[in-house]
Amino acid sequence: MELRLENLTKIFTNKTGAETTAVSELDIVIESGTLVGLLGPSGCGKSTTLFMIAGLEKPTGGKIFFGDDDVTKLAPEKRGIGLVFQNYALYPHMTVYNNILFPLENLDVPRTEAIQRVKEMANLVGIGELLDRKPSQLSGGQQQRVAIARALVKKPRVLLLDEPLSNLDARLRLQMREEIKRIQRETGITTIFVTHDQEEAMSISDKMVVLDFGIEQQYASPQSMYNNPDNIFVAKFLGNPPINTFEAEVKKGHLMINEHKFMKFDVPDGLYDVGMRPENFRATEEGFKIAIKDIFHIGRDTMIHFDFNGSNIRALVDSDNIEKGQKFVHLTIKSERVYIFDKKTGEVVNHG
Amino acid sequence: MADFIKNTKKFFAKVKQSIKNFFWNIRRILNNGKRRIGKFLDKHNLNFASKFPGWAKALVYLSPALIVLSIFTFWPIINSFALVVYENYNMTSNTITGYTLFGNFITVITDESFIVPASHTGSSAVINTLIIVFISVPISVLLALFISAALNSIKPLKSFFQTIFFLPYVTNTIAIGLVFAYMFKTDGGLINQLLSFVGVDTAGLSWVESGAVYWRSMFVLIFYSIWASLAFKIMVFLTSIQGIDKQYYQAAAIDATPKGRIFTKITVPLISPMIFYILVTSVIGAFKIYNSIVALFGVTGAPSGVDYNLQSIVMYIYQFIDGSNAGSLSVAAAGSLILFAIILVLTLVQMQVSKKRVHY
Repeated sequence: MELRLENLTKIFTNKTGAETTAVSELDIVIESGTLVGLLGPSGCGKSTTLFMIAGLEKPTGGKIFFGDDDVTKLAPEKRGIGLVFQNYALYPHMTVYNNILFPLENLDVPRTEAIQRVKEMANLVGIGELLDRKPSQLSGGQQQRVAIARALVKKPRVLLLDEPLSNLDARLRLQMREEIKRIQRETGITTIFVTHDQEEAMSISDKMVVLDFGIEQQYASPQSMYNNPDNIFVAKFLGNPPINTFEAEVKKGHLMINEHKFMKFDVPDGLYDVGMRPENFRATEEGFKIAIKDIFHIGRDTMIHFDFNGSNIRALVDSDNIEKGQKFVHLTIKSERVYIFDKKTGEVVNHG
Repeated sequence: MADFIKNTKKFFAKVKQSIKNFFWNIRRILNNGKRRIGKFLDKHNLNFASKFPGWAKALVYLSPALIVLSIFTFWPIINSFALVVYENYNMTSNTITGYTLFGNFITVITDESFIVPASHTGSSAVINTLIIVFISVPISVLLALFISAALNSIKPLKSFFQTIFFLPYVTNTIAIGLVFAYMFKTDGGLINQLLSFVGVDTAGLSWVESGAVYWRSMFVLIFYSIWASLAFKIMVFLTSIQGIDKQYYQAAAIDATPKGRIFTKITVPLISPMIFYILVTSVIGAFKIYNSIVALFGVTGAPSGVDYNLQSIVMYIYQFIDGSNAGSLSVAAAGSLILFAIILVLTLVQMQVSKKRVHY
């Protein structure tokens, strides 16, 4: 089912009357059956957006559509959503079985069918053998699965996940990430996934929304967002190690670095913020000669530190091409992997 | 003027700083002294504190409380076990005529107003107490649960309402009892006036005065003990309800759980340890009921001129405690041991039941 947010706005007013805009005029269409990652630094309004979709927060303005239904004013229980909380919110006094059965007890479902559905769902998420346990007897990953099963068992129209992996350890996180993707594919349910971890969002989402201070920065598929960021915020937020940014001037169509012509660009002359991802550099025989400040060999790759216009720049290059104690290196980078941002607005100027 | 305020503020900030500095230095000096003493003791091998095991130190710290408890609680308990086997114990001369194992128990059990309803009163202490316990405790616990759940969902004037419901707790029991007695007066009492207002003939309808029937005065007593015990229960339940994670309620809301089911399936199980605690303590408390009866009906435990008695077990025991007659103290001891046994059995039963019903 398609999910549509129109001008969704949430303003919190505290006791003194000061207003904080948590979400500002969000306009997003989420296609049916896709998994959309809601990504942003903490406090950017992503959880607020999720809770507004769930109906736990009332939007200050704008509308939410599930398909053609306007659900903006609908109570949460009438929206047909499944929500997985950050700390799962499993009822501690109930067994896994009762936890998953609980949403069905409130629906008009025959008992035999309900039991059938609980078992199916438990097997789908891989906790079929744990139905008699209490949540406190489960590991974090198992609790997570129970929470997903409980959210899915009533066959919701939309599945909402609020930072579901943040309480798991690193390895389990990787595993559950794939698991969530698999469950989402198997059920084909429209899913919104909130996270502050860009790597997590990139690996799991069909499309991602990046938010900053409640304002949508970009809405695209992970790879295209990575390769074609709309602005400097998105470019800086995605990628590990992070993108290098530095100030550089474009003179007569040439990007000037360390007072040399670096590359030709079809942008008006002026001062810009320039971004280059560390892994997009290549060490070659020819190219831009730079003086190496520092070298870190990290297995497969080698990290080189050097200066561009006074800023420290990191380049991740193949270890084979660099020798220990090397003082200079020639680097190249493809022109479409160089991002030139307007200094005022932060918008990218050399990408379509 | 503004300068003056600024300077005063500065002055007080300075004073605050110097006070804090003073206490900081005092602590430094004390710690230094402690370290020196410790060093000295260690040097001369005199540091006994470090030689004692942890539990011995704990015993030393607990000793003041233990001493007081032994004198005023443990010793009397042991004594009452001893008293029970004495025959005709005379408190003033401290003499007995012999020993008996069950004699005092038999005296109590066969006594007309303890278990068996006396022919001339039509009521007995044990029956009275059981009625009070088994009616007032469940009602007050349920009522407290509902009221605290309702109080928790109130948004405006929240603390105001919470204060109102907590007021009875800080009010004197005897005073409330007197107010109740006054409210239930036959002539001009508030209750009778209300009843006549809705059209009930209240002429001679007495509640706590002469002519009141057993169940009417029992009703007032139960009503009173529920009301007096409600405040504390509400406070305990309310604080535990407020401690429940909001996410459970959000999850339940998304699953379209009706209010009643949220209450029975989430709120009650999550505060069940507190409910159990309240249940056990209030059953024990209700068995020991004494001052509410005195407050309502006086030390006789009965409205004047009636043929029954609203005595509780404790009141029954109390009448033997003066020890003026030989052997009466042993009877009192036997009565209290029976009360102890009843409470013990009931608490054990509750603990057994709680194993299934209480979720920690």
